[in-house]
Amino acid sequence: MDTHIVERLADYINDGLLKSEMIHAESEHSAISAALGAEAMGVRTFTATASQGLALMHEILFVVSGMRLPVVIAVANRALSAPINIWNDQQDSISERDSGWIQLYVESAQEALDTVIQAYKIAENKKILLPVMVCLDGFTLSHVYEPVNIPEKKDVDKFLPKYNPLFKLDPEKPITMGPIGFPNTYMEFRKATHEAMLNSIDIIKDVNNNFKKSFNRSYGNGLIETYKINDADYAIAAMGTACSTTRVVVDELRKQGKKVGLIKIKSFRPFPKQEIIKAAENLKGIAVIDRNISLGNEGAMYTELRSVFYNQNKKPIIKGFIAGLGGRDITPGHIKTAFNKIENSSDTEWLL
Amino acid sequence: MKKQEKPKISVGAVIEEPGSTIKNKTGGWRSFRPVIDQKKCIKCGTCWKFCPDNAVRKNKKGEFEINYDYCKGCGICSKECPVKAIKMVKEEK
Repeated sequence: MDTHIVERLADYINDGLLKSEMIHAESEHSAISAALGAEAMGVRTFTATASQGLALMHEILFVVSGMRLPVVIAVANRALSAPINIWNDQQDSISERDSGWIQLYVESAQEALDTVIQAYKIAENKKILLPVMVCLDGFTLSHVYEPVNIPEKKDVDKFLPKYNPLFKLDPEKPITMGPIGFPNTYMEFRKATHEAMLNSIDIIKDVNNNFKKSFNRSYGNGLIETYKINDADYAIAAMGTACSTTRVVVDELRKQGKKVGLIKIKSFRPFPKQEIIKAAENLKGIAVIDRNISLGNEGAMYTELRSVFYNQNKKPIIKGFIAGLGGRDITPGHIKTAFNKIENSSDTEWLL
Repeated sequence: MKKQEKPKISVGAVIEEPGSTIKNKTGGWRSFRPVIDQKKCIKCGTCWKFCPDNAVRKNKKGEFEINYDYCKGCGICSKECPVKAIKMVKEEK
């Protein structure tokens, strides 16, 4: 899972390809705490985790975002116990939705690599200064080899210059980080962090555009990516690798004359409300594929997507589907079922 | 508790000027105050050693005294005093 990512980084360091220090921590709680400490020293920091490991980081995730430290981590999305299950779904990072981390979900190995590079550019922007999670589907992406175009170091250095922190711990110039926020200030600090998250909407788009100029690759507008949506009546909204399956199904249904498309949500936090409204302006219906479940309610993205349209005069029918939990494949058949049921399903259906 | 001056809303709550804890007078959190009976006190310094808030100090006369601006009233000094010279007295307005 995530182990592969840090093992490969350890190889790079050992082989002298990456000038970096590897810290071996005894747990994920310690790993993210070490990342926090390193970042506070003004050092660009990275780690990777998944599932129970991310859950163990939970407490410190809020500290990192509240301290406005631009740490970047990769999350190889996996199910949470119990029952014990090491396979793919997105419950782990969805459960950290409110931790103040920007969450970007990717669809391919190439997008994972490119998004990590973009993530630092977004996180370290002085208007943002928030940590970023790059979420990639466990196994489906983390255990699959596919050709990847690795950009030249000089080009990446040009795109992403040396990190210049706003604040850093320095004995020559002492500062206090992570102090108490009394009731007379705590809300203002939370509001400032929220505003930074909202500011990131424009910055994510800019970074995606600039990445395209430098590397000739981009992913929608950086927040969402649409496929054959312009004349579509119905669309699937999904995150991660389910989008690739949906593209295939869209092509197949288009051959049968059906006007269907895809809205890939790349950025779950911040949630790109305006971009979604614009993408859906001509749609009759959206089927939301959630690879997570908020037990006792419905899929998380379904809830959020409907809330986007609540105050709109023109709103599409929106239906929710729970699919692909705990390593269950999301098949083209599932996607077709979702398309077929947009008009006539109950609120939330399980694609088992 | 005295009204505190509203701190600056800096990025990540960073405080650039050191020593800011002095400004936060935490004595207002106290519900019991330690009172030292100087006649019983043997000046061993146990209270000074145990105080988690550095709120016990030695004055010029060599007596230990409590800094009520910062003492939170935890009662550790009273508990540890070997001659029971420190009483915890209820704060009343």
